[in-house]
Amino acid sequence: MLITGIGLHPFGRFEDRTATDMGVVAVRAALAEAGVARGGFQAAFCGTAYGGVAAGHRVLGRLGMTGMPIVDVEAGCASGSAALMLAAAAVRAGQYDTVLVFGIEKMPKGIIRSSFFEPWQEEAGLTATPAYFALRAQRLMQTSGVTKSHLAQVVVKNRRHGVGNPNAMFRKDVSAADVLASRVICEPLHLWMLCTPNEGAAAVVLQRDGAGTGPRLAAAVLRSHLPGGVLNESTPMAGLTDDTIPSATSLAALAAFEEAGVGPDDLNVVECQDTDAARELLSYEELGLCPPGGAAALLESGAVDMGGTMPVNPSGGLLSKGEPLGASALAQVVELVQQLRGTAGERQVDAAATALAHTVGRGANAGVVILTR
Amino acid sequence: MSAVHEGLFTDEPRLLGSRCARCGGHHFPRHETCAYCSSEEVETVELSSTGALWAWTAVNAPPPGYRGEVPFGFGVVELPEGVRVISRLTEADPSRLSAGQPMQLVLVALDDDAVTYAFAPC
Repeated sequence: MLITGIGLHPFGRFEDRTATDMGVVAVRAALAEAGVARGGFQAAFCGTAYGGVAAGHRVLGRLGMTGMPIVDVEAGCASGSAALMLAAAAVRAGQYDTVLVFGIEKMPKGIIRSSFFEPWQEEAGLTATPAYFALRAQRLMQTSGVTKSHLAQVVVKNRRHGVGNPNAMFRKDVSAADVLASRVICEPLHLWMLCTPNEGAAAVVLQRDGAGTGPRLAAAVLRSHLPGGVLNESTPMAGLTDDTIPSATSLAALAAFEEAGVGPDDLNVVECQDTDAARELLSYEELGLCPPGGAAALLESGAVDMGGTMPVNPSGGLLSKGEPLGASALAQVVELVQQLRGTAGERQVDAAATALAHTVGRGANAGVVILTR
Repeated sequence: MSAVHEGLFTDEPRLLGSRCARCGGHHFPRHETCAYCSSEEVETVELSSTGALWAWTAVNAPPPGYRGEVPFGFGVVELPEGVRVISRLTEADPSRLSAGQPMQLVLVALDDDAVTYAFAPC
């Protein structure tokens, strides 16, 4: 199946706009690109975590495009991946020819309270999300030779990439010294090593082969966690000492590579979850982009920079764009479609033919999407 | 002062976990169904009160709904039963902690009304 249209509302903070307003912008653009008009798609899936009841209906209602099934999908940071997986399954099964997939979000401001936790966990101080990220970062430093300097280097790389992305929230180059001079949130993570929750929307039109032109959607996989990992995104209060339990990201990656019939060595460009700088490095290992313990070496090799053999986060990643949960996964797909079309402008990766997008977050939910030219 | 939540720990103190009779896995807090093999043959056990520090950081800003003061230590302690527990730590300066350091379970006050569990360097 093919992705025949893409649309995006920039990521940032927009006082005068609702999530619905942003969804309308992204959906309109994607449908126009695909040449799909009212009545031209048979189902719609909308990813959102904070959008409330019937968020997708509100967007399509504004466009006068209802009547077909409209399903809202919540899977934390992987909500957009989940929506795409459901759409792809329906098209593959022959249920629909053309499906609209979009994601919208207007994240609350300040520290976000999650219904995921129980009241006593909040009262006892066990719900500081950056603290969990920090523990994971520290483990990576203990096991993979990652240093604070590597964490800063991830931020420098992604922010440099983000300079070329007009839809990113932060478009200024930063130095490693700047990153390390920002205040410590939870040791070893400094403020600039963490992405900013924000607002935005993204949309894609998915069609069966032969119904249009565009890059091929070779795999769209969602997986949850296996029990036991104490620092996995399911945020348990305890886990096992067994370090061989595969992560949700690894499960999703293995299934996606099998579905697509490609391997990590085939990838020319990757968009991955950089909620914090260490999360990007851990993703290298969990996705199989490098061997276990090889994240620091892969970063140092330069392969993941623009001009390298496999640039990671050419869009600037969440560290540049910010993270609107429901929209972020589909914005990765929008970026990769541009890369495969060769229309990414100054962010263009040479000869991009096979691309991977990865999101992971609370649940745990991990999404891996593979696109080919 | 009372426990921040019933059933988490004893006054001694010991953490109240559970053990699966089928796979031997330990859980904290207690589970009625084993998280690792879905067996319902699960019994309540008091977990070891000492362990080894596995990961640590500090929380410097109060998360939403939190009743206590900042900063406070936060980390993972590995217990001899083969279970890793997420916990507050009494040491809020990460530079004063090290991997594998022996840790002891204690109770700490959150405010005038509630206590919770934490691990302290031995």
